Amino acid sequence: MNAVSYLELLRLTLPEIALTVAALLLLTLDLTLLRPSPLARRFSVAAFIACAGCLAAIALVAASSATASLPDGMFVLTPLTHVVHIVLLVLALLTVLLSTATRFTDHVGEYIALILFATVAMMFLIATENLLLIFVALEFLSLSLYILTGFDKHSRQSAEGALKYFLFGGMSAGFLLFGMSLLYGLSGSIELPRIAAAVSGPSLDPLLLIAIVMVAIGFGFKVAAAPFHLWAPDAYQGAPTVSAGFIASSSKVASFFIFAQVVTLALLPAAGTAGYRGYTPGWVPVIAIIAALSMVLGNLAAIAQTSLRRLLAYSAIGHAGYMLIAFAAHTPESLSALLYYVITYALASLGAFGVLGALEAEGVDRIRDLAGLNRRAPGMAFCLLIFLLSLAGIPPLSGFFGKFFVFAAALHAEPHLSLLWLVLLAVAMSAVSLYYYLGVLKQVYVTEGPADAPPLRIAPPTRIGVWLLAALVVILGCAPSLLLNWFSIH
Amino acid sequence: MITALTLLPVFGGFAVLLLARSRAAARILAVAVAVAALALAIFIWHSFNPSTPGMQFEQWHAWVPSLGIAYHVGVDGLGVLMLAVSAMVVLMSLAASWSNSNHGPVYFALVLFLEAGLFGTFTALNFIHWFIFWELSLIPAFFLVRLWGGQGRARAATQFFLYTMVGSIALLLSFLAIYLATSQPNAPGCFDFVQLAQLAHSGQLTTALAQNLHWGLSADTTGMLLFWAAFLGFAVKTAVVPFHTWVPAAYSEASSETTMLLTGAMSKMGVYGFLRILLPIFPQEMQRALTPLLWLAVATIVLPAFAAWVQRDLKRTFAYSSVNHLGYCVLGVCVAAKLAGSEIEKAAALTGVLLQIFSHALTASALFWFIALLERRTEGWRGIDEFGGLRRVVPVFSGLMGIAIFASLGLPGLNGFPGEFLIFKGAFPLAPWAASISVLGLLMTAIFLLTVIQKVFSGPVNPRWELLPDLTTAERLAFVPVIALMFLIGLYPQLITGMVHATVMQWVAGVRF
Amino acid sequence: MLAWTIYLSFLGALASRLAPSKQAARILALLTALAGLALTIAAALHWQPGELLTVARVPWIPQLGIEYHLAADGISLTLLLLTGIAATAGILFSWNIENRTQEFFAFFLVLIGGVYGVFLAFDLFLLFVFYEIAIIPKYFLIAIWGSVPRDASGEKAGAQREYAAMKLALYSFAGSALVLAGMAATWSVSGGKSLSFDALTRYPFPVHFQMWAFPLVFLGFAVLAGMWPFHTWAPTGHAAAPTAASMLLAGVVMKLGAYGCLRVAMMLFPAGLGPWGFHFLGLGSWRDVFAVLAVIGIVYGASVALVQRDFKFVIGYSSVSHMGFVLLGLMTLTRIGLDGAVLQMFSHGVIAGLLFAVVGRMVYDRTHTRQLHELSPMRLAHYIPFAAVTFILAGMASIGLPGFSGFIAEFQVIVGTWRALPWMAIVAGIGILVGIAFTWRALTMAFFGEPVARSHEHALPPITLPEKIASLLLIATTLVVGLYPRVLTDLILPSLNSPLFEGLRKGAWR
Repeated sequence: MNAVSYLELLRLTLPEIALTVAALLLLTLDLTLLRPSPLARRFSVAAFIACAGCLAAIALVAASSATASLPDGMFVLTPLTHVVHIVLLVLALLTVLLSTATRFTDHVGEYIALILFATVAMMFLIATENLLLIFVALEFLSLSLYILTGFDKHSRQSAEGALKYFLFGGMSAGFLLFGMSLLYGLSGSIELPRIAAAVSGPSLDPLLLIAIVMVAIGFGFKVAAAPFHLWAPDAYQGAPTVSAGFIASSSKVASFFIFAQVVTLALLPAAGTAGYRGYTPGWVPVIAIIAALSMVLGNLAAIAQTSLRRLLAYSAIGHAGYMLIAFAAHTPESLSALLYYVITYALASLGAFGVLGALEAEGVDRIRDLAGLNRRAPGMAFCLLIFLLSLAGIPPLSGFFGKFFVFAAALHAEPHLSLLWLVLLAVAMSAVSLYYYLGVLKQVYVTEGPADAPPLRIAPPTRIGVWLLAALVVILGCAPSLLLNWFSIH
Repeated sequence: MITALTLLPVFGGFAVLLLARSRAAARILAVAVAVAALALAIFIWHSFNPSTPGMQFEQWHAWVPSLGIAYHVGVDGLGVLMLAVSAMVVLMSLAASWSNSNHGPVYFALVLFLEAGLFGTFTALNFIHWFIFWELSLIPAFFLVRLWGGQGRARAATQFFLYTMVGSIALLLSFLAIYLATSQPNAPGCFDFVQLAQLAHSGQLTTALAQNLHWGLSADTTGMLLFWAAFLGFAVKTAVVPFHTWVPAAYSEASSETTMLLTGAMSKMGVYGFLRILLPIFPQEMQRALTPLLWLAVATIVLPAFAAWVQRDLKRTFAYSSVNHLGYCVLGVCVAAKLAGSEIEKAAALTGVLLQIFSHALTASALFWFIALLERRTEGWRGIDEFGGLRRVVPVFSGLMGIAIFASLGLPGLNGFPGEFLIFKGAFPLAPWAASISVLGLLMTAIFLLTVIQKVFSGPVNPRWELLPDLTTAERLAFVPVIALMFLIGLYPQLITGMVHATVMQWVAGVRF
Repeated sequence: MLAWTIYLSFLGALASRLAPSKQAARILALLTALAGLALTIAAALHWQPGELLTVARVPWIPQLGIEYHLAADGISLTLLLLTGIAATAGILFSWNIENRTQEFFAFFLVLIGGVYGVFLAFDLFLLFVFYEIAIIPKYFLIAIWGSVPRDASGEKAGAQREYAAMKLALYSFAGSALVLAGMAATWSVSGGKSLSFDALTRYPFPVHFQMWAFPLVFLGFAVLAGMWPFHTWAPTGHAAAPTAASMLLAGVVMKLGAYGCLRVAMMLFPAGLGPWGFHFLGLGSWRDVFAVLAVIGIVYGASVALVQRDFKFVIGYSSVSHMGFVLLGLMTLTRIGLDGAVLQMFSHGVIAGLLFAVVGRMVYDRTHTRQLHELSPMRLAHYIPFAAVTFILAGMASIGLPGFSGFIAEFQVIVGTWRALPWMAIVAGIGILVGIAFTWRALTMAFFGEPVARSHEHALPPITLPEKIASLLLIATTLVVGLYPRVLTDLILPSLNSPLFEGLRKGAWR
């Protein structure tokens, strides 16, 4: 056991500390001084502090561009983790901005602080290559998310969603833990690269295969891939809108990143192939099957939805499938494709939930309630158009480029074009996805709402947040290099 | 020069459409344009050098070089004759419409467009260029029938259009095959009438057909196939029996002024096709198909003559009479294609055909003009049995129309005679049996035309028409040149034969191998 | 300068959306379209034969070797001209749109911008981006402003429009999904260095790859070109769309598909056209397969058009038939056939625009019915003679009467087919005959019917000036091209000789 310099650790975790401090500060302020103030004021102050904390953290991350590695892979900083940290912080900042319009709770401080705590958990999750820390951070994150899901105490749906999320999450944690302990047992190490060295052998150990399946199931729950997706629709529908957006964006980014870390760092030698003709057992075939299932199930089930949130949940399952294709390819190229995809997906998805959140006062949940939105709030309608089309993969929005990059990288992976079947399936499913996204947009733009409905008033922070997200989606789509340049340092 | 002639009525038509606010202005403008066109045509006639064969006033511009399509115009004796005929008929028709209050500016414009189509058809020497005008002339003709006809005009116009269209498509396909056969991998095929005639004469066309069309058919069969396809196109237009059935309907349902154009000018497009295309480009095929062709020609002469006899409608009678008269032209062309036989006879037959073209245009237009005048006076009555004794009621009208009818049945001294005489002079030695049967047609023509004279002009006066007004002074004056021309051609056919002699001799040489 | 056609269209869309009044939006849109047209004409005039006019070339996504590469050869210029003309005419014909005018023109111009982009793009990725940009505005144009038969009203009308719009969007998107897969495979097989056409045409793709990539990509694009049996979006989409959108759909958007077939599938994977080495049902190559489908489309489209009761459906199916000629021309693999195909793209674009304008704008907006048997007693030729004359001219052009652009295009296609696939030429000829029949039927029924009673003596609004200008523009275009096809063939033929089509020429080219 190597000694850890705590000072060093303190220096490296400054951004996380800043965020935590901000969270504690706003919690304290809200519980003491602001208690009697009106809800709006409390939200503004809390959001202000949270935003300041996020900005400070971003500045700290950007400033400490150093790479660092603590012993046992406990805390590893690379340029790539910096990027992901910044992305997570930006997402958190935008989530906070969007949340200021919510009025469902008077526990303002707790709500915002939980968002920040979850972000801290994700930052740790990103920056570790240690199985134990991964598990701890993941559970920290999950705990925050369970609470965020069930935060609306007046809503039975919220409670139901939270309970389902919690039960499934707990089960998945069990699977994950079991898989991890098997890995430890096989390799004698909890550090990802060392596991890789230990499991590289001429043949695949059956125990390792069990471990792989367990880990895949565990992470499958986290990223809501079929057939482990059952919690997602209920959680998305029941959770307060902003929480749902947060689950759909930030936690997706973090989960996918760490999933990729685990399988590529620890299990690379046991990859196997899922090629059309050259099948070899390993985790790639497992992932490929999960990907295919997710794409088909998510997209087909989304067609039948009448609730916008459930629709987004099922489409998220479909998107998880696309992203898993990049796993199956597991080249450096496909991993940067994955990162690009998940980041832009998070932006668009958070944006869509942001628009929904802005409409929350109107009780909008069913797709039909969106009728006439274009007349009542043209700006929001246009942003929703951008988000949904990006999710559908229409250029020049970022979702399209993500898809193309993932598909191209998957095909480019050795052996040549062996993943074509998966890509063709994905392509077919993305055509299906346009159907339901257009169905939503049809309500927004085509269907006339009630003639006397007044224009909607959108709170300025929400408006800023949504427009920022829309701008990011468009800009990253038109100039993907902005993001790709960061990855290529890796 | 020729381009100007073709463009003149086009612009005239647009001017009528856009400028003329009233019927009066439109008719003045239209007649002025037609007069100018006639003057131009006469000028071309005058400047034409009759002693040289081949094309004159030629113009050639590359159009779509990659496809061998060129803007190529020129006239030989045939062309110059056709120009004169069209200009004359159009002017007559416009003059006849002068006092027909149904015919507004649109009518006059369409007539002028039709004239442009005719001019274009009779001067174009590249198939595509020619085909454009061939089809374009159909459009105004269709609308003239469709919009200004009698009760059954819709049906008649549709029938007219469909028949002609089917013929045109057969023609187009035939030329497409020729084009493909003459094209080389790196060079476009040939659409030029003059070049094609040379190729046909030298036998290269047949060779090309055999080599370049991989149809699995012999060169002879291919040639015959293409010939009959092209023949169909012209047969419909000329109204060769059995492709004539559109004629009675269209001629009788169209207003008489329109019928003047149809019979006087448009039917000549078919005969023109026989002379310009079938005879020079398919000489061998024509020779091989001579017997069936002659049967068709004979049928076209005889059957309509009988049919005309039993008609009870003046317009239908004259419609069948038109078919019959063009039958002589077909007969003349066919006998000239015979391989054996004296060239003098062939030349006589062909010269006869050209004379017949001119004279039938003149006579038939005049006859329908008279019918137009009659219809206007009787408000549509035109049954043969519904009149009687018009000779006493409207003497001038009856006299002049009588002259035209006699010209039509070929009375010596009038314009109908020299043409028919020359055709029979050529046909008797070359195809005695066909000529003999055709004489029956001559006889029947005489019978039914005389019947018309008897029933309409003689006999007791039908009291209904006792107060029928006679021709006005203006109308009489208008007929003066027409009747004069009938006598002139009848007495001095050299006016035309002189013009076309060189051309005819060239054709005769063309069918000799 | 040519790149500004794209930018101007998008800027114009923005300006129209934000325009203070409806009239301002119309004028802005018209100015945008005119500017685009002017730019294209200027470029076409300065074009040197055989030249590849590079408009812009900057690295875009260097990590993937994707460039922002705009360039135009003669084929692109031909279609750019078509776009400019169709856009201008479309805007003039939509002058009477009163419902959400600003948005209408915004969507319209976005569509135009996308189309310009496709024709200018010289990088496969960029082409695809613009190709997809064009899909979404189509959906909204139809779903919001579409027209439906009179008997359907309220809910039902909306449902019909949305059905047509959704069908169109999904077909397009499914087609482009195939292209996307093909594009990703192309990128990966060619080494992931570049997707620029000049690099790709030089890359020696393995024959077995071309053998499956060609049909994949060709099919993807051919869906949008209305190839039978994937054409069913076209008639419903065209019929349900507002006039200007049908004009653009049939006139330009279907050409996107055909252009893609030529520019991407055939230019990049010429070996995919080669023989399979075995025969299945008498078909020996993908070329045979697609040629047969094209011919079936020609005859089927025309035959179905013959029995339609809805005027707009007649025209919709006629588009399927005429686009069959484009695909057939492409499959001839002869110079003359390809020339004819591109010319037919242009010609059909203009003619279909004109036909839809007559049916949708001049007739439907005045009589509010598209049923031929209801139009028949109205004797429209007497009340709106301008529409009748326009339809006659357009119909003549459509059936391929000489002197109009349709003739020279279909003629070349037939000649090319006759050389390469003689039997198909005969079947296609039958298609032309049926085409004459249905045009004829529609014309006489719609404009020259017999009055049943004198109950229809209501006054129809007169034809407005914008309609007249736009009709004349389109008529003049088809006449000019018909009478002097060299304006376009001089653009197209040298481009077919360029090194880009080297692979195609080496193959089965005759």
